[in-house]
Amino acid sequence: MNWKSNTLTKFVNDANVRGVFFQVVLIAALVFFFFWLTDNTLTNLRNQGKSLGFAFLSGTAGFQISQTFGTWLFDYKVGTSTYLDVYFIGIANTLLVAVLGIVAATVIGFTLGIMRLSNNIVFRAFATTYIEMLRNIPILLQLFFWYFAVLRALPGKRNKLEIIPDLIGMNITGLYLPAPLPQEGFVYSVIAFTLAVLLTFGVSRYAKRVQARTGKITPVFLIGTALIIVIPLITFLATNSPLGWNLPEFKDTGPMLRRGYQAGSGMILVPELIAVWLALSLYTAAFIAEIVRAGILAVSKGQTEAASALGIRPNFTLRLVVIPQAMRVIIPPLTSQYLNITKNSSLAVAIAYPELVSVFAGTALNQVGKEIEMIFMMMMVYLTVSLITAAFMNWYNSRVKLVER
Amino acid sequence: MDSKMIAVAALVIGAGAGFFIGKGNKEVVEVEKIVEKTVEAKQTSTLDAVRAKGFVQCGVSQGLPGFSNADDSGKWAGIDVDLCRAVAAAVFGSGDKVKFSPLSAKQRFTALSSGEVDILSRNTTWTMTRDTQLGLNFAGVNYYDGQGMMVPKSLGVKSAVELDGANICTNTGTTTELNITDYFRSNNMKFNLVAFEKADEVVAAYDSGRCDVYTTDRSGLAAQRTKLTKPDDHMVLPEIISKEPLGPVVRQGDDQWFNVVRWTLRALINAEEMGVTKANAAGKASSSKDPALLRLLGKEGKFGDELGLSNDWALNAIKAVGNYGESYEANVGPNTPLKLDRGVNALWNDGGILYAAPIR
Repeated sequence: MNWKSNTLTKFVNDANVRGVFFQVVLIAALVFFFFWLTDNTLTNLRNQGKSLGFAFLSGTAGFQISQTFGTWLFDYKVGTSTYLDVYFIGIANTLLVAVLGIVAATVIGFTLGIMRLSNNIVFRAFATTYIEMLRNIPILLQLFFWYFAVLRALPGKRNKLEIIPDLIGMNITGLYLPAPLPQEGFVYSVIAFTLAVLLTFGVSRYAKRVQARTGKITPVFLIGTALIIVIPLITFLATNSPLGWNLPEFKDTGPMLRRGYQAGSGMILVPELIAVWLALSLYTAAFIAEIVRAGILAVSKGQTEAASALGIRPNFTLRLVVIPQAMRVIIPPLTSQYLNITKNSSLAVAIAYPELVSVFAGTALNQVGKEIEMIFMMMMVYLTVSLITAAFMNWYNSRVKLVER
Repeated sequence: MDSKMIAVAALVIGAGAGFFIGKGNKEVVEVEKIVEKTVEAKQTSTLDAVRAKGFVQCGVSQGLPGFSNADDSGKWAGIDVDLCRAVAAAVFGSGDKVKFSPLSAKQRFTALSSGEVDILSRNTTWTMTRDTQLGLNFAGVNYYDGQGMMVPKSLGVKSAVELDGANICTNTGTTTELNITDYFRSNNMKFNLVAFEKADEVVAAYDSGRCDVYTTDRSGLAAQRTKLTKPDDHMVLPEIISKEPLGPVVRQGDDQWFNVVRWTLRALINAEEMGVTKANAAGKASSSKDPALLRLLGKEGKFGDELGLSNDWALNAIKAVGNYGESYEANVGPNTPLKLDRGVNALWNDGGILYAAPIR
């Protein structure tokens, strides 16, 4: 008896036993919560006479979508394309603006961040003003500013603002560029280009080995540039220049409606895309600049002083000593900014850029009314893209982080 | 140590499972009962819920002059707003017991089916898909509309068939995207569609020249045209490319509330037909000898009871907003900035198609 109760007390008071007990209770509570959530949803749907299912995706989408990258990529045709195509078009347009935004925001942000630490007062003042203004104005307002203020300043549809005569021009309907028309044999130039890039990597690795062994510095940048330009160019000329250009065509005679840039000529960047791109990259660049500044300041001054004591020139100090160490501080918050760009791209719905929220969770959702399925599908896209971005940045972070010996 | 932990885990899981299996059947029955109760409660609850909270929550547009638009002091007005006030008056006796939720075209059905609003009175087109697949019911039609197109006069276009290759602005989440696509396909013409989420942005984009054409319901064109910098430089083309019966919407599965909204609308139309106005309604209720009129105004029969309302429900609704014709004239008629003639929206005995079922 005594032995028994003693064991029981011991058993109940055992920290591990209690731990496991509460873990199991917690899991049971979670399972019950999700069961309740699902059951509740299903019951409510049934009461409203609705059902769950993804069959609607194969239905034909009977509406036009603004002609952009996505519609071109998936060859959207009203009357034959399905809601699944609409989904992919939305994803393509979202990814396009996210990638463009990430690249532009990184370049602008790094430049501004370094400018803000410059000894030149003009650079420093400009960077400070820019950062404080842009990061303190809500991005939706900036989006409207870029779209409506700038749009109204552009010439109307029947006029044009020529940037390069006959090649590049713009008006209120968009930016018109020559469209490349690859012809038979162009693929060889692409192959040559890929080979040249690989070759440059090889040269770079070889140069590092040479430097480690002999201390001799090979001009990798010059060699690489030469390789990447010369090899594809020779191939291109040797295969009889297999690339045509579809130039934008402008008419200022004929019926009023037909004047302006002609449909189907050249390549067009719609003003909605340009406005979203500008707003996203300029806004996020302000945050990236601050991250870069923080990263550089985090590298102790002793590092710079040690480098100059060793006789390393200032620009080499920045490139070889400061930046690599700063990257360790910069990468994790930079990842968050990249994720922000992707997610903020959904604001583009306000100015008619046909991204995922606009065409799929907007137009398509209103036609088929499958809120739960469609919002779920949309969330999955943002989740997947964010997780992939985060995974890539984590991989990069683990490469540049301090190697402790 | 490990085996002990496994023992505890097994014990808890086993006990849990036993508990559920043991109570299983009983519980299922109980759960079903609860579900049934909730379903019942849900099916009869909108009117009770409205009474309990003391006001009707009405989903309206984000600003469409003549239909639902807030003035500078935040007071809502319009033909769609009047319907909500009429329903509030039918339930509470006062047309002020209503709150408005401005909704975008995209949000509106979700807001209604999630219970955020009790009525959706937001220039919403009655279509088969919406009626059968969205879990909604249309309670009637308060404006017979059709989709039209507006162009700048400087374009020199006289008819929509000349619009091949045009840039067209509209807003997302509406039937207009489908109609305009159908129209251009059937006429074998090409076009580019720029679809915004909110009407204000469509107007701004069209005004700045981003598009050659602005398409939406003709009533909407008349309303939005007043917002352009130079309204007189624009014209509405003669083509009507769709049927757009606009009307109030409620959730499916609540017949009582559905009837309240449906018959409030019919009462307003019947009132116009019988010559009952905001000003003379109370007088007619006490002096008239016409049995149809007395039924409408709650002096004969128990028509309010059938709806779960008081017997003077229709009288209150008319006193709050006037009859259908009065509401039309005040909000969208020829003497308003919208300048819309009655057209098909006149009464059936006056050359139009408004024909409300009788109250008897």
